[in-house]
Amino acid sequence: MQTLFIASRKGLFVIRGEGKEWKVAAHHFAGDPVTQVLADPRSGDWYAALRLGHFGAKLRRSTDQGASWTDVGTPAFPTKPTSGPLADDPTPWNVDLIWSLVPGGKDEPGVMWAGCMPAGLFKSEDSGQTWKLNKPLWEDPRRLQWMGGGNDYPGMHSVLVDPRNALCIRVAVSCGGVWQTSDGGATWALTAEGMKADYLPPELEQDPNTQDPHRMVQCASDPDVLWVQHHCGIYRSSNGGIFWEAIAAPAPSGFGFAVACDPADPLRAWFAPAQADSHRYPVGGKMVVTRTDDGGASFRVLDKGLPALDAYHLVYRHSMELAPDGRTLALSSTTGGLWISPDQGEHWHCVSRDLPPVVALCWVNSR
Amino acid sequence: MVTVEFASSLRRHVECPAQEVETGSLRQVLEAALEAAPDLAHYVFDDQRCVRKHVAVFINKTMVMDRKNLNQALLAGDRVLVVQALTGG
Repeated sequence: MQTLFIASRKGLFVIRGEGKEWKVAAHHFAGDPVTQVLADPRSGDWYAALRLGHFGAKLRRSTDQGASWTDVGTPAFPTKPTSGPLADDPTPWNVDLIWSLVPGGKDEPGVMWAGCMPAGLFKSEDSGQTWKLNKPLWEDPRRLQWMGGGNDYPGMHSVLVDPRNALCIRVAVSCGGVWQTSDGGATWALTAEGMKADYLPPELEQDPNTQDPHRMVQCASDPDVLWVQHHCGIYRSSNGGIFWEAIAAPAPSGFGFAVACDPADPLRAWFAPAQADSHRYPVGGKMVVTRTDDGGASFRVLDKGLPALDAYHLVYRHSMELAPDGRTLALSSTTGGLWISPDQGEHWHCVSRDLPPVVALCWVNSR
Repeated sequence: MVTVEFASSLRRHVECPAQEVETGSLRQVLEAALEAAPDLAHYVFDDQRCVRKHVAVFINKTMVMDRKNLNQALLAGDRVLVVQALTGG
């Protein structure tokens, strides 16, 4: 029996099941938008990030598997300075939403990281009770060149803690490239070499600081291997993100938002293609998933059980996740669809087409 | 004294009955009222301690337009109401 969290526009759904049998076991924060969810594998605690349209971002924690929830601290920017280089920062210093929420290292109980929109990185050392903005990254002058990627302001959607060394953290920003630290956030390096934003003028298209990675994931067993679904295609790094290799766009499309990778196999990853930037739905109205088993040299199109006709489901960047068993794959859409595959995408079972718009999935004990 | 009330849409998240506080500026009055429910503060104020853009504050039925300064002087008998501004979806 496996447990999956579904972060939707109308609350957090907890579903349980296996094979083709899945049921909604609970519906928390009914009616409220949930932007991110986490089951901390170290403590077993559950976290839900809410985006209350009127009242801002909030973070709730449950220590009893959802029987009860409490408000914990929410990442918040400090007072914006009125003098100095940041006084004219056009980005509002207000957290609009929590977009990425991950635990720290196995040897760091209580440490958590949150990537937000606007793209601040926040750290908690007390299981979410209090949060602190990472100032070295926020105050880096290059941060002022970041742009909103489809949203008004840049957002930090991916935060990856290296399982070998919790001081090594990699983050990805739309649009602000990929950055990494090897000293727990005291200093940062911009590491998006190899990426190309082909919608920009030639003199800017390879600037690492302008890149728009949509989502970044790392292979747990080989953390130097990372995958990015970028606005302009697919990238893979085999040296910890120092250089990114462009992967030839697979059929039917190299455009999309989500990516998932196999924690045990650095050559395997899945993508959820959409037609193009200008047409953000499956190519020809036929929903498919693509999978590579050879590091991006070739791809297979997997579509058994996915809607093949007049299907306009968009899979958002946190909406494709592999379960801890390494085989069960979940896929959700902005149209309220949820599909689960028991066999790494070979076959899909539709669990629901009636959910609210889904923005994120999380398997319990998957991070 | 000034009466400060928070709409039910706020109180469903953090309970806070109507508060009677000393006169002062609007900011002083709101801060004093929120001492009774500190967890409600970040539902009303954003990270910069301005009234959130989808929260509306009324002084005696007149909506406050300046979300940042909150320096209106409140007099004994004034009533402040904090509500959510209507948005859809």
